[in-house]
Amino acid sequence: MNFLSEYTYYIGAFSLIIIGLYIILVKKNLMKVIIGFSIFDTGIYLFLIAVGYLREGTAPVFSKPGLDAGKMVDPVPQALVLTAIVIGVAVLALAVILAIKIYAHYGTLNLRKIKEQRW
Amino acid sequence: MRKLISIILLGMVATGLFMSISQIPFGEPGERIGDHFINQGVNETGATNIVAAVVVSYRGFDTLGEVSVLFTAAMGLGAVIGLVRRKKTHTPIEPASLIVYTGCRFLFPVILLVGTYIVIHGHLTPGGGFQGGAVIASAFLLMYLGCRGKRIRENLSRGLESLGGLLFILLGVTGLVIGRDFLFSFLPEGEAGNLISAGIIPLIYMAVGLKVGSELTGIIDHLIEDTDELPE
Amino acid sequence: MEIIAGILVLLMIASAIAAASFQDLMNAVIASCIVSLLAALLFYLLQAPDVAMAEAAIGAALVTGIFVIAVKRTKRFEE
Repeated sequence: MNFLSEYTYYIGAFSLIIIGLYIILVKKNLMKVIIGFSIFDTGIYLFLIAVGYLREGTAPVFSKPGLDAGKMVDPVPQALVLTAIVIGVAVLALAVILAIKIYAHYGTLNLRKIKEQRW
Repeated sequence: MRKLISIILLGMVATGLFMSISQIPFGEPGERIGDHFINQGVNETGATNIVAAVVVSYRGFDTLGEVSVLFTAAMGLGAVIGLVRRKKTHTPIEPASLIVYTGCRFLFPVILLVGTYIVIHGHLTPGGGFQGGAVIASAFLLMYLGCRGKRIRENLSRGLESLGGLLFILLGVTGLVIGRDFLFSFLPEGEAGNLISAGIIPLIYMAVGLKVGSELTGIIDHLIEDTDELPE
Repeated sequence: MEIIAGILVLLMIASAIAAASFQDLMNAVIASCIVSLLAALLFYLLQAPDVAMAEAAIGAALVTGIFVIAVKRTKRFEE
Protein backbone atom coordinates (compact mmCIF):
# COMPACT_ATOMS: atom_id res chain seq x y z
CA MET A 1 0.00 0.00 0.00
CA ASN A 2 2.87 2.30 0.84
CA PHE A 3 4.42 1.45 -2.49
CA LEU A 4 1.19 2.43 -4.26
CA SER A 5 0.95 5.88 -2.70
CA GLU A 6 4.67 6.56 -3.16
CA TYR A 7 4.91 5.46 -6.75
CA THR A 8 1.59 6.69 -8.17
CA TYR A 9 3.17 8.45 -11.14
CA TYR A 10 5.58 5.62 -11.87
CA ILE A 11 2.68 3.17 -11.93
CA GLY A 12 0.82 5.39 -14.38
CA ALA A 13 3.85 5.70 -16.65
CA PHE A 14 4.56 1.96 -16.42
CA SER A 15 0.95 1.07 -17.30
CA LEU A 16 0.90 3.44 -20.28
CA ILE A 17 4.16 2.00 -21.63
CA ILE A 18 2.88 -1.58 -21.28
CA ILE A 19 -0.53 -0.78 -22.84
CA GLY A 20 1.16 1.05 -25.72
CA LEU A 21 3.51 -1.88 -26.33
CA TYR A 22 0.58 -4.30 -26.18
CA ILE A 23 -1.29 -2.31 -28.85
CA ILE A 24 1.80 -2.13 -31.07
CA LEU A 25 2.51 -5.86 -30.82
CA VAL A 26 -0.95 -7.40 -30.89
CA LYS A 27 -3.33 -5.16 -32.85
CA LYS A 28 -3.74 -5.71 -36.57
CA ASN A 29 -5.06 -2.32 -37.65
CA LEU A 30 -2.37 0.14 -38.74
CA MET A 31 -4.16 3.19 -37.37
CA LYS A 32 -4.54 1.43 -34.02
CA VAL A 33 -0.80 0.78 -34.01
CA ILE A 34 -0.14 4.49 -34.48
CA ILE A 35 -2.49 5.28 -31.58
CA GLY A 36 -0.41 2.79 -29.57
CA PHE A 37 2.74 4.72 -30.43
CA SER A 38 1.10 7.90 -29.19
CA ILE A 39 0.17 6.29 -25.84
CA PHE A 40 3.67 4.78 -25.50
CA ASP A 41 5.12 8.27 -26.03
CA THR A 42 2.92 9.75 -23.32
CA GLY A 43 4.05 7.09 -20.87
CA ILE A 44 7.71 7.84 -21.48
CA TYR A 45 7.16 11.59 -21.02
CA LEU A 46 5.35 10.97 -17.74
CA PHE A 47 8.17 8.72 -16.51
CA LEU A 48 10.90 11.27 -17.33
CA ILE A 49 9.03 14.10 -15.62
CA ALA A 50 8.34 11.94 -12.55
CA VAL A 51 12.06 11.12 -12.23
CA GLY A 52 12.89 14.82 -12.01
CA TYR A 53 10.30 15.58 -9.34
CA LEU A 54 11.24 16.74 -5.87
CA ARG A 55 8.80 16.31 -3.01
CA GLU A 56 7.13 19.59 -1.99
CA GLY A 57 9.07 21.20 -4.83
CA THR A 58 8.13 24.23 -6.86
CA ALA A 59 8.29 24.77 -10.60
CA PRO A 60 11.70 25.98 -11.85
CA VAL A 61 10.46 29.52 -12.49
CA PHE A 62 11.56 32.49 -10.37
CA SER A 63 8.20 34.19 -10.81
CA LYS A 64 8.26 35.95 -7.44
CA PRO A 65 11.09 36.83 -5.03
CA GLY A 66 11.75 34.59 -2.07
CA LEU A 67 11.56 31.26 -3.84
CA ASP A 68 14.04 28.72 -2.53
CA ALA A 69 16.34 27.43 -5.25
CA GLY A 70 17.01 24.25 -3.28
CA LYS A 71 13.36 23.21 -3.41
CA MET A 72 12.88 23.38 -7.16
CA VAL A 73 12.25 20.38 -9.38
CA ASP A 74 14.85 19.38 -11.92
CA PRO A 75 14.56 21.51 -15.11
CA VAL A 76 16.64 19.22 -17.33
CA PRO A 77 14.06 16.42 -17.95
CA GLN A 78 11.41 19.08 -18.50
CA ALA A 79 13.48 20.73 -21.23
CA LEU A 80 14.12 17.31 -22.78
CA VAL A 81 10.43 16.30 -22.78
CA LEU A 82 9.35 19.70 -24.09
CA THR A 83 11.26 19.30 -27.33
CA ALA A 84 10.43 15.59 -27.56
CA ILE A 85 6.68 16.31 -27.55
CA VAL A 86 6.98 18.71 -30.49
CA ILE A 87 9.17 16.29 -32.45
CA GLY A 88 6.71 13.51 -31.62
CA VAL A 89 3.76 15.20 -33.30
CA ALA A 90 5.70 15.77 -36.54
CA VAL A 91 6.82 12.14 -36.68
CA LEU A 92 3.26 11.04 -35.87
CA ALA A 93 1.92 13.11 -38.76
CA LEU A 94 4.44 11.45 -41.07
CA ALA A 95 3.30 8.01 -39.88
CA VAL A 96 -0.35 8.95 -40.38
CA ILE A 97 0.19 10.19 -43.91
CA LEU A 98 2.05 6.95 -44.73
CA ALA A 99 -0.93 4.99 -43.36
CA ILE A 100 -3.29 7.01 -45.56
CA LYS A 101 -1.13 6.28 -48.59
CA ILE A 102 -1.01 2.58 -47.72
CA TYR A 103 -4.81 2.56 -47.52
CA ALA A 104 -5.06 4.32 -50.88
CA HIS A 105 -2.70 1.75 -52.42
CA TYR A 106 -3.85 -1.54 -50.87
CA GLY A 107 -7.42 -0.67 -49.95
CA THR A 108 -6.97 -2.03 -46.41
CA LEU A 109 -5.29 -1.11 -43.15
CA ASN A 110 -5.10 -4.69 -41.90
CA LEU A 111 -1.43 -5.55 -41.46
CA ARG A 112 -2.09 -9.28 -41.97
CA LYS A 113 -3.43 -8.64 -45.45
CA ILE A 114 -0.65 -6.37 -46.65
CA LYS A 115 2.01 -8.64 -48.04
CA GLU A 116 5.03 -6.43 -47.38
CA GLN A 117 4.04 -5.84 -43.78
CA ARG A 118 3.48 -9.46 -42.78
CA TRP A 119 5.80 -11.25 -40.38
CA MET B 1 1.22 -18.21 -32.25
CA ARG B 2 2.18 -14.63 -33.01
CA LYS B 3 0.02 -13.41 -30.16
CA LEU B 4 1.65 -15.87 -27.76
CA ILE B 5 5.14 -14.70 -28.70
CA SER B 6 4.01 -11.09 -28.29
CA ILE B 7 2.57 -11.72 -24.85
CA ILE B 8 5.74 -13.53 -23.69
CA LEU B 9 7.87 -10.66 -24.98
CA LEU B 10 5.60 -8.15 -23.29
CA GLY B 11 5.87 -10.04 -20.01
CA MET B 12 9.66 -9.99 -20.20
CA VAL B 13 9.70 -6.26 -20.93
CA ALA B 14 7.23 -5.59 -18.13
CA THR B 15 9.29 -7.56 -15.59
CA GLY B 16 12.51 -5.78 -16.50
CA LEU B 17 10.85 -2.39 -16.52
CA PHE B 18 9.15 -2.99 -13.18
CA MET B 19 12.37 -4.16 -11.53
CA SER B 20 14.26 -1.10 -12.71
CA ILE B 21 11.50 1.41 -11.96
CA SER B 22 10.99 0.13 -8.41
CA GLN B 23 14.66 0.91 -7.67
CA ILE B 24 14.34 4.59 -8.58
CA PRO B 25 13.41 6.75 -5.58
CA PHE B 26 10.55 9.16 -6.13
CA GLY B 27 10.86 12.78 -5.04
CA GLU B 28 14.16 12.37 -3.21
CA PRO B 29 16.80 15.08 -3.51
CA GLY B 30 20.06 13.78 -4.93
CA GLU B 31 22.98 14.71 -7.10
CA ARG B 32 21.42 16.54 -10.00
CA ILE B 33 22.98 18.36 -12.90
CA GLY B 34 20.01 20.69 -12.75
CA ASP B 35 21.26 22.20 -9.49
CA HIS B 36 23.81 24.28 -11.30
CA PHE B 37 21.17 25.58 -13.71
CA ILE B 38 18.79 26.45 -10.86
CA ASN B 39 21.40 28.18 -8.72
CA GLN B 40 23.31 30.00 -11.43
CA GLY B 41 20.79 30.21 -14.26
CA VAL B 42 19.35 33.62 -13.41
CA ASN B 43 22.80 35.17 -13.05
CA GLU B 44 24.25 33.56 -16.11
CA THR B 45 21.40 34.00 -18.59
CA GLY B 46 19.04 36.56 -17.06
CA ALA B 47 15.96 34.42 -17.70
CA THR B 48 13.66 33.72 -14.76
CA ASN B 49 12.22 30.62 -16.43
CA ILE B 50 14.98 28.08 -15.95
CA VAL B 51 13.47 25.62 -18.44
CA ALA B 52 13.71 28.29 -21.15
CA ALA B 53 17.32 28.97 -20.11
CA VAL B 54 18.15 25.25 -20.41
CA VAL B 55 16.36 24.82 -23.75
CA VAL B 56 17.73 27.93 -25.45
CA SER B 57 20.97 28.78 -23.70
CA TYR B 58 22.59 25.73 -22.13
CA ARG B 59 21.27 23.29 -24.71
CA GLY B 60 20.84 25.71 -27.60
CA PHE B 61 22.72 23.67 -30.15
CA ASP B 62 20.65 20.63 -29.27
CA THR B 63 17.49 22.67 -29.84
CA LEU B 64 18.74 23.63 -33.29
CA GLY B 65 19.13 19.92 -34.02
CA GLU B 66 15.61 19.17 -32.80
CA VAL B 67 14.19 21.97 -34.94
CA SER B 68 15.91 20.48 -37.96
CA VAL B 69 14.41 17.06 -37.11
CA LEU B 70 11.02 18.77 -37.21
CA PHE B 71 11.90 20.28 -40.57
CA THR B 72 12.99 16.90 -41.93
CA ALA B 73 9.74 15.25 -40.82
CA ALA B 74 7.68 17.98 -42.48
CA MET B 75 9.76 17.67 -45.63
CA GLY B 76 9.28 13.90 -45.71
CA LEU B 77 5.55 14.43 -45.32
CA GLY B 78 5.54 16.81 -48.26
CA ALA B 79 7.54 14.33 -50.32
CA VAL B 80 5.16 11.44 -49.55
CA ILE B 81 2.17 13.59 -50.49
CA GLY B 82 3.89 14.68 -53.68
CA LEU B 83 4.39 11.04 -54.74
CA VAL B 84 0.75 10.44 -55.57
CA ARG B 85 -0.86 13.42 -57.24
CA ARG B 86 -4.48 12.97 -58.06
CA LYS B 87 -6.58 15.13 -60.25
CA LYS B 88 -8.64 17.58 -58.29
CA THR B 89 -12.22 16.56 -57.77
CA HIS B 90 -14.34 19.51 -56.89
CA THR B 91 -16.72 17.93 -54.47
CA PRO B 92 -18.86 20.59 -52.81
CA ILE B 93 -17.82 21.02 -49.19
CA GLU B 94 -20.65 21.15 -46.74
CA PRO B 95 -20.30 24.39 -44.76
CA ALA B 96 -20.33 24.38 -40.98
CA SER B 97 -23.38 25.70 -39.18
CA LEU B 98 -23.70 29.40 -38.43
CA ILE B 99 -23.00 29.00 -34.71
CA VAL B 100 -19.80 27.00 -35.27
CA TYR B 101 -18.68 29.41 -38.00
CA THR B 102 -19.24 32.52 -35.87
CA GLY B 103 -17.65 30.92 -32.82
CA CYS B 104 -14.55 29.91 -34.73
CA ARG B 105 -14.18 33.37 -36.26
CA PHE B 106 -14.56 34.91 -32.82
CA LEU B 107 -12.07 32.54 -31.15
CA PHE B 108 -9.40 32.53 -33.85
CA PRO B 109 -7.80 35.96 -33.10
CA VAL B 110 -8.01 35.34 -29.34
CA ILE B 111 -6.13 32.02 -29.60
CA LEU B 112 -3.60 33.64 -31.92
CA LEU B 113 -3.06 36.42 -29.37
CA VAL B 114 -2.58 33.92 -26.53
CA GLY B 115 -0.06 31.99 -28.63
CA THR B 116 1.91 35.14 -29.37
CA TYR B 117 1.87 36.09 -25.69
CA ILE B 118 3.18 32.66 -24.72
CA VAL B 119 6.01 32.96 -27.25
CA ILE B 120 7.06 36.47 -26.25
CA HIS B 121 6.97 35.87 -22.49
CA GLY B 122 8.81 32.56 -22.71
CA HIS B 123 11.80 33.69 -20.67
CA LEU B 124 9.71 35.09 -17.80
CA THR B 125 6.78 32.73 -17.26
CA PRO B 126 6.11 29.11 -18.28
CA GLY B 127 5.87 29.00 -22.03
CA GLY B 128 8.06 29.70 -24.99
CA GLY B 129 8.50 29.04 -28.65
CA PHE B 130 7.51 25.40 -28.71
CA GLN B 131 4.30 25.79 -26.70
CA GLY B 132 3.31 29.07 -28.32
CA GLY B 133 3.93 27.67 -31.79
CA ALA B 134 1.71 24.70 -30.97
CA VAL B 135 -1.06 27.01 -29.71
CA ILE B 136 -0.83 29.09 -32.91
CA ALA B 137 -1.04 25.94 -35.03
CA SER B 138 -4.08 24.76 -33.06
CA ALA B 139 -5.77 28.10 -33.88
CA PHE B 140 -5.27 27.34 -37.57
CA LEU B 141 -6.60 23.81 -37.04
CA LEU B 142 -9.76 25.33 -35.54
CA MET B 143 -10.05 27.59 -38.57
CA TYR B 144 -9.76 24.62 -40.91
CA LEU B 145 -12.44 22.70 -39.03
CA GLY B 146 -14.86 25.54 -38.48
CA CYS B 147 -14.57 27.62 -41.64
CA ARG B 148 -14.43 24.98 -44.35
CA GLY B 149 -12.84 25.89 -47.66
CA LYS B 150 -10.45 28.51 -46.34
CA ARG B 151 -6.75 27.93 -47.00
CA ILE B 152 -3.52 29.52 -45.91
CA ARG B 153 -1.16 30.60 -48.63
CA GLU B 154 1.36 27.81 -48.94
CA ASN B 155 4.20 30.06 -50.07
CA LEU B 156 3.67 32.33 -47.10
CA SER B 157 3.81 29.51 -44.55
CA ARG B 158 6.87 28.01 -46.21
CA GLY B 159 8.55 31.43 -46.26
CA LEU B 160 7.81 32.08 -42.59
CA GLU B 161 9.18 28.65 -41.69
CA SER B 162 12.40 29.31 -43.58
CA LEU B 163 12.61 32.75 -41.99
CA GLY B 164 12.39 31.21 -38.52
CA GLY B 165 15.14 28.70 -39.22
CA LEU B 166 17.32 31.33 -40.85
CA LEU B 167 16.86 33.71 -37.92
CA PHE B 168 17.97 30.98 -35.47
CA ILE B 169 21.14 30.22 -37.44
CA LEU B 170 21.90 33.91 -38.06
CA LEU B 171 21.67 34.64 -34.32
CA GLY B 172 23.99 31.72 -33.64
CA VAL B 173 26.53 32.83 -36.24
CA THR B 174 26.39 36.41 -34.97
CA GLY B 175 27.31 35.07 -31.55
CA LEU B 176 30.18 33.19 -33.18
CA VAL B 177 31.43 36.39 -34.81
CA ILE B 178 31.03 38.73 -31.84
CA GLY B 179 31.68 36.39 -28.94
CA ARG B 180 33.61 33.23 -28.68
CA ASP B 181 31.18 30.46 -29.57
CA PHE B 182 28.03 29.53 -31.45
CA LEU B 183 24.85 30.98 -29.91
CA PHE B 184 26.90 33.27 -27.66
CA SER B 185 24.55 35.72 -25.91
CA PHE B 186 25.82 38.99 -27.33
CA LEU B 187 23.01 41.20 -26.02
CA PRO B 188 23.09 42.58 -22.46
CA GLU B 189 21.32 40.41 -19.90
CA GLY B 190 19.40 43.29 -18.36
CA GLU B 191 17.41 43.06 -15.16
CA ALA B 192 15.87 39.66 -14.55
CA GLY B 193 12.09 39.85 -14.70
CA ASN B 194 11.78 42.59 -17.31
CA LEU B 195 10.30 41.84 -20.70
CA ILE B 196 13.41 43.03 -22.51
CA SER B 197 16.10 41.04 -20.76
CA ALA B 198 17.88 37.70 -20.90
CA GLY B 199 20.03 38.49 -23.95
CA ILE B 200 19.11 36.54 -27.06
CA ILE B 201 16.72 34.06 -25.43
CA PRO B 202 13.50 35.95 -26.42
CA LEU B 203 14.77 36.43 -29.98
CA ILE B 204 15.60 32.75 -30.38
CA TYR B 205 12.28 31.74 -28.86
CA MET B 206 10.51 34.01 -31.35
CA ALA B 207 12.37 32.31 -34.20
CA VAL B 208 11.45 28.88 -32.78
CA GLY B 209 7.83 29.94 -32.33
CA LEU B 210 7.64 31.18 -35.92
CA LYS B 211 9.16 27.95 -37.17
CA VAL B 212 7.11 25.54 -35.07
CA GLY B 213 3.86 27.42 -35.73
CA SER B 214 4.26 27.57 -39.49
CA GLU B 215 5.64 24.02 -39.64
CA LEU B 216 2.70 22.44 -37.80
CA THR B 217 0.23 24.60 -39.73
CA GLY B 218 1.85 23.43 -42.94
CA ILE B 219 1.52 19.79 -41.83
CA ILE B 220 -2.19 20.24 -41.13
CA ASP B 221 -2.63 22.07 -44.42
CA HIS B 222 -0.94 19.20 -46.29
CA LEU B 223 -3.16 16.62 -44.59
CA ILE B 224 -6.38 18.51 -45.27
CA GLU B 225 -5.42 19.35 -48.84
CA ASP B 226 -4.53 15.74 -49.55
CA THR B 227 -7.73 14.41 -48.07
CA ASP B 228 -9.84 16.79 -50.12
CA GLU B 229 -8.27 15.47 -53.29
CA LEU B 230 -8.84 11.78 -52.67
CA PRO B 231 -11.86 10.44 -54.56
CA GLU B 232 -14.54 8.88 -52.44
CA MET C 1 -2.97 15.96 -3.50
CA GLU C 2 -1.94 12.31 -3.63
CA ILE C 3 -5.59 11.22 -3.80
CA ILE C 4 -6.20 13.54 -6.76
CA ALA C 5 -3.10 12.19 -8.49
CA GLY C 6 -4.26 8.63 -7.82
CA ILE C 7 -7.69 9.28 -9.30
CA LEU C 8 -6.17 10.94 -12.37
CA VAL C 9 -3.76 8.05 -12.90
CA LEU C 10 -6.59 5.53 -12.60
CA LEU C 11 -8.71 7.46 -15.11
CA MET C 12 -5.73 7.69 -17.44
CA ILE C 13 -5.07 3.94 -17.33
CA ALA C 14 -8.79 3.27 -17.90
CA SER C 15 -8.79 5.56 -20.95
CA ALA C 16 -5.68 3.85 -22.32
CA ILE C 17 -7.32 0.42 -21.94
CA ALA C 18 -10.44 1.81 -23.63
CA ALA C 19 -8.32 3.12 -26.50
CA ALA C 20 -6.84 -0.35 -26.87
CA SER C 21 -10.16 -2.18 -26.85
CA PHE C 22 -12.53 0.02 -28.90
CA GLN C 23 -13.41 -1.39 -32.32
CA ASP C 24 -14.55 2.01 -33.56
CA LEU C 25 -11.37 3.94 -34.36
CA MET C 26 -12.98 7.33 -33.76
CA ASN C 27 -13.75 6.31 -30.18
CA ALA C 28 -10.18 5.06 -29.76
CA VAL C 29 -8.85 8.42 -30.96
CA ILE C 30 -11.00 10.31 -28.46
CA ALA C 31 -9.86 7.95 -25.68
CA SER C 32 -6.20 8.61 -26.53
CA CYS C 33 -7.00 12.33 -26.50
CA ILE C 34 -8.30 11.90 -22.92
CA VAL C 35 -5.06 10.10 -22.01
CA SER C 36 -3.07 13.11 -23.25
CA LEU C 37 -5.29 15.58 -21.43
CA LEU C 38 -4.97 13.73 -18.10
CA ALA C 39 -1.22 13.43 -18.66
CA ALA C 40 -1.12 17.23 -19.04
CA LEU C 41 -2.90 17.58 -15.68
CA LEU C 42 -0.40 15.18 -14.09
CA PHE C 43 2.48 17.22 -15.52
CA TYR C 44 0.97 20.25 -13.85
CA LEU C 45 0.77 18.40 -10.53
CA LEU C 46 4.43 17.37 -10.99
CA GLN C 47 5.37 21.08 -11.18
CA ALA C 48 6.14 21.09 -14.89
CA PRO C 49 3.92 23.87 -16.29
CA ASP C 50 5.97 24.21 -19.49
CA VAL C 51 5.47 20.58 -20.40
CA ALA C 52 1.80 20.68 -19.37
CA MET C 53 1.22 23.56 -21.77
CA ALA C 54 2.91 21.76 -24.65
CA GLU C 55 1.10 18.49 -23.94
CA ALA C 56 -2.30 20.18 -23.69
CA ALA C 57 -1.83 22.10 -26.95
CA ILE C 58 -0.30 19.24 -28.91
CA GLY C 59 -1.58 16.03 -27.36
CA ALA C 60 -5.15 17.11 -26.88
CA ALA C 61 -5.64 19.38 -29.91
CA LEU C 62 -3.23 18.79 -32.78
CA VAL C 63 -2.74 15.02 -32.50
CA THR C 64 -6.49 14.48 -32.18
CA GLY C 65 -7.10 16.67 -35.23
CA ILE C 66 -4.54 14.75 -37.28
CA PHE C 67 -6.02 11.39 -36.21
CA VAL C 68 -9.58 12.49 -36.93
CA ILE C 69 -8.64 13.62 -40.44
CA ALA C 70 -6.82 10.32 -41.01
CA VAL C 71 -9.67 8.13 -39.70
CA LYS C 72 -12.13 10.07 -41.85
CA ARG C 73 -10.05 9.25 -44.91
CA THR C 74 -9.51 5.57 -44.16
CA LYS C 75 -11.77 2.92 -42.62
CA ARG C 76 -13.60 3.86 -39.47
CA PHE C 77 -13.99 0.36 -38.06
CA GLU C 78 -11.27 -2.08 -37.17
CA GLU C 79 -11.66 -5.43 -38.91
